[in-house]
Amino acid sequence: MSFVKLTAAALGIAAVSATAAQAREQVQVAGSSTVLPYASIVAEAFGENFDFPTPVVESGGSSAGLKRFCEGVGENTIDVANASRAIKETEIAACADNGVTDIIEVRIGYDGIVFASDINGQTFEFTPSDWFLALSDKVLVDGNLANNPNKTWADVNPAFPAQSLAAFVPGTKHGTREVFEDKVILAGCEATGAFDAIMAANGGDEKAAEKACIALRTDGISVDIDGDYTETLASIEANRDGIGVFGLAFYENNTDKLQVATMSGVTPSTETIATGEYPVSRPLYFYIKAAHIGVIPGLKEYAEFFVADEIAGPDGPLAEYGLVSDPELAVTQDAVAAERTK
Amino acid sequence: MSDPAVKSSLLTTDAHTRRRNAAEKRFRAYGLAAIAIGLVFLVLLLGSILFKGVGAFQQTFITLDVELLEAKLDKSGNRDPAQMAKVTTFGYNPLLDAAIKRATEGAGVENPFTKGKDLRKLLSAGAANQVRQFVLANPDRIGETVTFRLLASSRVDGYFKGRVTRESLARDKNLTPAHLEMVDGLREAGVVAKRFNPGFITGADASESRPEQAGIGVSMLGSFFMMLVVLALSLPIGVAASIYLEEFARQNWFTDLIEVNISNLAAVPSIVFGILGLAVFIQFAHLPQSAPLVGGLVLTLMTLPTIIISTRASLKSVPPSIREAALGVGASKMQTVFHHVLPLAMPGILTGTIIGLAQALGETAPLLLIGMVGYIASNYPGGIVEGFLSPNSAMPAQIYEWAKRADPAYYERAWGGIIILLVFLMTMNIIAVILRRRFERRW
Repeated sequence: MSFVKLTAAALGIAAVSATAAQAREQVQVAGSSTVLPYASIVAEAFGENFDFPTPVVESGGSSAGLKRFCEGVGENTIDVANASRAIKETEIAACADNGVTDIIEVRIGYDGIVFASDINGQTFEFTPSDWFLALSDKVLVDGNLANNPNKTWADVNPAFPAQSLAAFVPGTKHGTREVFEDKVILAGCEATGAFDAIMAANGGDEKAAEKACIALRTDGISVDIDGDYTETLASIEANRDGIGVFGLAFYENNTDKLQVATMSGVTPSTETIATGEYPVSRPLYFYIKAAHIGVIPGLKEYAEFFVADEIAGPDGPLAEYGLVSDPELAVTQDAVAAERTK
Repeated sequence: MSDPAVKSSLLTTDAHTRRRNAAEKRFRAYGLAAIAIGLVFLVLLLGSILFKGVGAFQQTFITLDVELLEAKLDKSGNRDPAQMAKVTTFGYNPLLDAAIKRATEGAGVENPFTKGKDLRKLLSAGAANQVRQFVLANPDRIGETVTFRLLASSRVDGYFKGRVTRESLARDKNLTPAHLEMVDGLREAGVVAKRFNPGFITGADASESRPEQAGIGVSMLGSFFMMLVVLALSLPIGVAASIYLEEFARQNWFTDLIEVNISNLAAVPSIVFGILGLAVFIQFAHLPQSAPLVGGLVLTLMTLPTIIISTRASLKSVPPSIREAALGVGASKMQTVFHHVLPLAMPGILTGTIIGLAQALGETAPLLLIGMVGYIASNYPGGIVEGFLSPNSAMPAQIYEWAKRADPAYYERAWGGIIILLVFLMTMNIIAVILRRRFERRW
């Protein structure tokens, strides 16, 4: 093998010197798989309308994207990181350690998280409490915390049909999972009184109580899906009783197979999410390395094009695909134009 | 076992012979059943691939007469390319709306839509770009009415292919049943028709909003550059290693160890090479992510053992008398190998190499880790150097990517991609068989 390694190393050195000599011409983007379809729609339209080459868009997840983003400044690092959550303080610190100090945060709009089931199955009208009672590890039984005894939706809420419980939720590496835990499970935990019971039991430790609230049951009723939404859809097609957690855009592209449940009486749509009526939504972001503006051709133009009215506005292609456009888009446009850093 | 006194005859079969004959018949039946089961699965597999994938090679097109209004496309009127380029694809949309409206009027189809945006849902989002590219290339045609054959949107295409029905559109945001009424009318007028789509084979990948435009061409180039790397590295290295091991090396514990390791490497799961590639080529050597060069290097590691093993087998099959005769007339060891042994072993070596390449071509697992999956192959490489170094996808990675996407239209394209990949693999294997048949010598 030593001969192979030697050749590989020699080739590697040759290639590195070749890349160093060749300046990078296109914008490089990586990050959240939720933002990926939007970013690729923008990249495509950008390549069509400008003389710059089409930006390179890769997925990999919000955390992985931000990690690559924070590796440093220079042509061999990415210019833009897509994220389905805001950047964390620890990530900003990690960035700063590697010399990435000027970061421009751009909020592109909102994404709804919906609960959908097989089109021919029962129709549901959920509240966060229903989901907490269905999926939480521990719930209140006769005023005491006990292992979740519920087996059917009728156990959860007498108004529901006696359909056996089965839920397909995003795995923990997804940004969607965090929102699901925060806005649905935790909200349900507080609404059912379990939160107060846990607080009383552990002596008022709020953080620990939140953590205990979002622990999901592990008896096979709640299934983590680590792959994409296509995998969640396949799981529902295999188990017609199952209910899955999807992004709004995915649901809207598969309305012939899925029906959506209401949450607290509101049907999810771009309109109800924009007004804030539908409770389970989250902002989507991308982050620009300010040091690369002016070095990588087309970077600023790409960012400005992304948030332009004709793209990210309510009538643009992104909204058509399922993005809930940001009512404060004008502020974002100004911030990008002025290169305002975080 | 049997009594020697009992006389047996060749003419009458005794119980023992009958049992033996029956056992043989049963065994033949098992064999036939095994082959039949294998064939059934093969037919099922190929049948479902063809059934699901053939649709990807056809696409629905809408033929429209688009009036290239000077007022919209070149306000200044002096045909300045820089000025004209300022009109983005969004500026072309009104022209398309008007063209569809005229087409429905010409075909006598009722048009229930007042908004241009709703009419435009019949067309691919890429249609405006097609017209724009034409105008920028032919500024002198501004002011004329030009006939374009534009891609229909994926939902309209799905209706032609039976994937989309009025029921399935009931709650769809992208198209309504009223659109389908229009499409029916336009189909009778010959404006909308399904035809062969070369763009699927040569085109670039597209974003999620326009599956109708996606093609496998760019990732095919990615695979091509990867195979060049594999061929250029694994053939010389593999052949040199095998010649040395087979013809020159002394048999001792060290060569035995190497031999065991090569056999082991041939059996290592390909994902392991992917992890190795990530660690060595990307994290240590800092080669660019997603580049065909890195993919090729990883696949070289995977293919090498296959090539070494097959090369050694074909060197071994050259009879020793050839070597002895060459040495006998005074050839050196090296002359013996290169003038006599290697040419005779060549067909076997090439067959092994082609089969190794075919295996590498269809491999996805190692590419997962070096970033060739999750990448959207939308740029054609600008040159040979760029072909190796700029990020790209590969055919199997592209198929995986399409199968993951939300729009059901991409599912069909994944199957179409499998057909193309299978055609490549079959061609390579047939070449290998022909080489073996025509040139291999048996002693």
